[in-house]
Amino acid sequence: MRFLDTFFDGAVMAKYLPELLSAIVTTLWISLIVVVAGLALGLVMACLRTLGRWYLTLPIVAFADIGRALPPLVVILIFYFGLPGLGINLSGPMVLILVLGGVLAAFAEEIFWAGLTSVSRGQWEAGRATGLGFGQTLFEIALPQAVRMGIPPLVNRALAITKMTALGSVIGVKEILTVSSSAQSFSGSATPLTMAALAYLAIFLPVVILSRVLEQRYAWAV
Amino acid sequence: MTAAISPTPSAKVHARPMLEINKLGKSFGTTEVLTSIDLSVRPGELVFVIGPSGSGKSTMLRCCNRLEEPSSGTILLDGEHVTACQGRALDKMRLKIGMVFQGFHLYPHKSVLANVMLAQVKALKRSKADAKTRAIEMLEHVGLAHKAESMPSELSGGQQQRVAIARALALDPKVMLFDEPTSALDPELVGSVLKVMKQLREEGMTMLVVSHEMEFAREAADRVVFMDGGVVVESGPPEEIFGNPQSPRLQSFLSRVNRGGE
Ligand SMILES: Nc1ncnc2c1ncn2[C@@H]1O[C@H](COP(=O)(O)OP(=O)(O)OP(=O)(O)O)[C@@H](O)[C@H]1O
Ligand SMILES: [Mg+2]
Repeated sequence: MRFLDTFFDGAVMAKYLPELLSAIVTTLWISLIVVVAGLALGLVMACLRTLGRWYLTLPIVAFADIGRALPPLVVILIFYFGLPGLGINLSGPMVLILVLGGVLAAFAEEIFWAGLTSVSRGQWEAGRATGLGFGQTLFEIALPQAVRMGIPPLVNRALAITKMTALGSVIGVKEILTVSSSAQSFSGSATPLTMAALAYLAIFLPVVILSRVLEQRYAWAV
Repeated sequence: MTAAISPTPSAKVHARPMLEINKLGKSFGTTEVLTSIDLSVRPGELVFVIGPSGSGKSTMLRCCNRLEEPSSGTILLDGEHVTACQGRALDKMRLKIGMVFQGFHLYPHKSVLANVMLAQVKALKRSKADAKTRAIEMLEHVGLAHKAESMPSELSGGQQQRVAIARALALDPKVMLFDEPTSALDPELVGSVLKVMKQLREEGMTMLVVSHEMEFAREAADRVVFMDGGVVVESGPPEEIFGNPQSPRLQSFLSRVNRGGE
């Protein structure tokens, strides 16, 4: 009984449910933008890198390396508390989107790039020898293979980074963790945190399952 | 079916060369790999290139469609300068030069049909319907129409290579380049690919073939070219090259091949 009261207190649940639902919506839309923008930016950077121009490659590699090396929390704090000193005021959700989207882009660029480099030279030559241009060979032949190879690591990385929306709690973004931990301190019950865990499961478990399905679907033997 | 593949064999005797390689030179850095190669292939002719490993056969072939950039010399296709083309013009020129690789290089993420259709649609700008018709026609030609919906990984090596040949043929090339098309195949699959090549020759396709299949050269080649150390050492009809080799280098190469050493 003690366990149920601590983690599944019905009254507490009912009280904080509306607030938590709106936090779920916030987490969802921030995650969605982070994933879409991060993957798109990573893809564009990997494609630009295939052109083999140093003035493109250099900043892309620098961005990818720095984005992967810095702890996101540090960057979030700098953006939220440091930038206003320069007169740049970004809202909490905006900071979260910029930083997490950027970090995902850094990892995605590396994953797409690894996929592109593992497409054999013969594939490129077959495309070019049949009269396809560089761009056509990239988009029709190399990239689809790179993307399929990259799906498992991309899904893992996207999951890991969208879960970091919980870092929004340090800059007051009303996402799931912020709302549930403040509810926990007000109510003195751990129930809101249980609700948070359930909410995270409800969001991310389907994604994990979907990634398994995708992985099997694209597992074609070469 | 035969009419679909140009030109007709009767054009063989009097026409200008379909493919003309003039004074072709190629260096990688300071290493000279090809030295002043002269070679021409008349319409409908099958020219066979032999030579020891590292003699520059692949490099020469790859210079013909500029997968490798020649260091000097010119390549002409049906009188047009391949070596002068850049950018889109080069892509267009490559449509007329079919190439078959040792490693097939089918696109693993696309079905057999899609493999044969891709460049027709994207490079030749054929409609999807026309490209599909042509693809099926070419797959029938290589005996694989029933595999149109398969993925490349579901095919044997010999079948994959025949699809690769169909993919090149579907673009109506003026010449076909083959770089050791059967070297990666299990012995029992070699015959099916050679059969397709023989059939192509009978239809009058102009072909430049690098291969170690000496039997095939004897039967099907109009001319055999022996390369060594980046130069053409000897060339002539197969009877001469195999029956009466002149240069010591060719003699020793042939004796090594006949002992199964190459
Ligand atoms: N990209 C490259 N960079 C440097 N050297 C190269 C390159 N490609 C080929 N070579 C060299 O050029 C020479 C000729 O190579 P090539 O592949 O044309 O020979 P080949 O006659 O086709 O041999 P094989 O029968 O083994 O296929 C070799 O010495 C090879 O090492
Ligand atoms: Mg070779």
